[in-house]
Amino acid sequence: MAKTLDKVDVVTVGVGWTGGIIAAECAKAGLKVLGLERGKERGTEDYLMVHDEFRYAIRYELMQDLSKETITFRNNRKQRALPMRQMGSFLLGENLGGSGTHWNGHTWRFLPYDFEIKSMTEKKYGKDKIPKDYFVRDWGITYDELEPYFDKFEKTAGISGDGKNPFEGKRSSDYPTPPMKKTPILKKFEEATTNLGYHPFMLPSANLSEKYKNPDGETINACQYCGFCERFGCEYGAKTSPEITVIPTARKTGNYDIRFHANVTEVLKKGDKVTGVKFIDRVSGEEFIQPADVVVLTSYVMNNAKLLMVSGIGEQYDPETGRGTLGKNYCYQILPGATGFFDEQMNVFMGAGSLGMTIDDFNGDNFDHSDLDFIHGASLSLTQTGARPIQTNPVPPDTPTWGAEFKKASIHNYTRTLNVSGQGASMPHKENYLSLDSNYKDAYGVPLLQMTYNFTDQDKALHKYLTSKTEEIMKEMGAKTVVPGNPLTDYDIVPYQTTHNVGGTTMGSEPDTSVVNNYLQHWDAENLFVVGAGNFPHNSGYNPTGTVGALAYRCAEGIIKYSKNGGSLV
Amino acid sequence: MAEERKKNLSRRDFLKTSGIATGTLLGGGLIGGLVGYNVKRTNVAEPETKTEAQKTETFKGRMFFTNNKDFNTLSQATERIFPKDDLGPGAIDLGVPYFIDNQLAGNYGNNTKEYMQGPFFAGEATQGYQSRLTRAEIFSQGIAKLNEEATKRFKKSFSELEGNQMDEILTDFQKDKIKMTAVSSAFFFRLLRQATLEGAYADPIYNGNNNMDAWRMKGFPGHQASYINVIENKEFQKIDPKSVSSMMH
Repeated sequence: MAKTLDKVDVVTVGVGWTGGIIAAECAKAGLKVLGLERGKERGTEDYLMVHDEFRYAIRYELMQDLSKETITFRNNRKQRALPMRQMGSFLLGENLGGSGTHWNGHTWRFLPYDFEIKSMTEKKYGKDKIPKDYFVRDWGITYDELEPYFDKFEKTAGISGDGKNPFEGKRSSDYPTPPMKKTPILKKFEEATTNLGYHPFMLPSANLSEKYKNPDGETINACQYCGFCERFGCEYGAKTSPEITVIPTARKTGNYDIRFHANVTEVLKKGDKVTGVKFIDRVSGEEFIQPADVVVLTSYVMNNAKLLMVSGIGEQYDPETGRGTLGKNYCYQILPGATGFFDEQMNVFMGAGSLGMTIDDFNGDNFDHSDLDFIHGASLSLTQTGARPIQTNPVPPDTPTWGAEFKKASIHNYTRTLNVSGQGASMPHKENYLSLDSNYKDAYGVPLLQMTYNFTDQDKALHKYLTSKTEEIMKEMGAKTVVPGNPLTDYDIVPYQTTHNVGGTTMGSEPDTSVVNNYLQHWDAENLFVVGAGNFPHNSGYNPTGTVGALAYRCAEGIIKYSKNGGSLV
Repeated sequence: MAEERKKNLSRRDFLKTSGIATGTLLGGGLIGGLVGYNVKRTNVAEPETKTEAQKTETFKGRMFFTNNKDFNTLSQATERIFPKDDLGPGAIDLGVPYFIDNQLAGNYGNNTKEYMQGPFFAGEATQGYQSRLTRAEIFSQGIAKLNEEATKRFKKSFSELEGNQMDEILTDFQKDKIKMTAVSSAFFFRLLRQATLEGAYADPIYNGNNNMDAWRMKGFPGHQASYINVIENKEFQKIDPKSVSSMMH
């Protein structure tokens, strides 16, 4: 029998970026907020010994314990879905800060085009440009409406940038801190792309170029370029993360508590409202009910969708009938790129997660798609993140993958290889979706989330086109050998690709096509909010966190309004 | 620096007093429990001072493999993947076999962080690892199979084979031509290759990458607090590597 705890104003499920932002804003506004985090407490002091590729990047110290919960996967409806038994294609976070602890810090605003992608595509290229199996649609909010929230997130995080991207949406203010250092490796990319007539700029970064105090009074330190960002926490407190910004801000109000080891298994609903959540204390094994006036799902894309599904809130998408919205529009990313082998040795082991330069000339609709068989595109970047020796063993084509020749070539080329890579936008397709698995369960007896996903024709065409662009850039950079990425085939859950999973709990302007409205308020339960990259109806050519942060600020504003007035916010 | 040399010296002393000559160490079958030690620097002449930490270092040993035959098979297989050459030590001198042995005895070998609930089905290649076996079980079976193939083809145990004979067998594992139970030989080979690279290049706190020599070969400086003052330099920076353990003393 579950024990019922005292009611709170707001409960969040998961404490990462979105849970932290909701907590900070609501607690500042006087609401009593409780964060339920299934993982443990952690912070900067835990990362003193973090310069350890093996423990953190290979053995995934900061990531989700898959023995307790994973997803199942199949490429299409005819296949049997099987568990993702070990981490691969994407890295799910866990513990305080979630994926916001081990992110690289690339902080983008999606393009104005992204938010009105359907209208703008049809206006420019006609109604037939988007094939009907693709569920491309507008987001129910415009870039201009979201701009103040982007601005707020950037100021909280102290983002470093040069503001030289001619394609980005209008900004109400400059980046809070100057760009990171432009290294010789970055300059190679800058020179090559400039020669080719493109428009390089410094990648907007949450690895700060200088010490910064944010509007909440939290301090973020200056990046040391130590080369241990992605998959690692920052021992300097120089990579903006929830633990050093929004979580302490929320705690200082006295209105915020976090309960650790609390694994939420169900959202409780009565009539057209939710009443709270049920969770299991991972340490004691006891079950609790946490009543709340407002429930906010602030965990990762997968778990947010799963909780709605197991709680029976909203209608599951069915690709057979086309009915339902929950689990629909699941999208990933496509990664075109080229590797270049050089003669000279470079300091590839120095760097930072967001140290890089980018061109947006082939992102969004920044180039003409009239004669192309896809829409959207990719940002193309060269990043200097700190090449690590276990994971970085580049060898030219036709080199064996082990033995004497491999050893020689991988050692020689470790400091002589660079990559130009793109994050390609993925469009939602009828056959790509999330649902519940009927065979496999998590450690608490709750069904696993099932992913049905494969790359689409759009993806393949985009990948091919942009791979050739990265090849061209790499040649211009002076590589003696340029190796383009292989053409896209079936999506494979084994090799790491990107943790930019989106969709499944989409936002929109109508309940027929979306799960939440543009305050991220659930259409079927006015006191339930769902926030994260699951809100994106399609994926863009960027990392998602900037847009997720903006949506979280928007959502927090909605919750505060709702707490005063109730009812639907739109 | 001085600290590092002292550690090497203590290894050398241990080997000397154990009556093991340098030349025998790569022979494979002979010395089971000692193949991981770095014995290259026998001509280092430094005053001897032994501390607790140095004595501790000589206690590196096996936690998983119970006999020399299996451990030597593992050792030689890793050496074929990452051999000693004019650039520097191979897997054995780097301690890779100990690294793998120790990993198999822990979370990695027991798949502690993996979803291991049934039912198990073979699945498509795109669905990844679907074996009911733990990595420890896969390694045990794989190593037994390496020996079985060696006996079948050459009437010797794997570690007694010539290099090209070992390569022939390993290649057949890689190409999935060997029948294994509840796992493919290609998957075992991938694990073995990956674990060899991990042992070579992981921080030496995990009992591989002896003396950080794999980092030195590759030009990777290991743990450094900051590159802020050199990252804009055009010249390649040769930096003596440091282990994360240097932060503790």
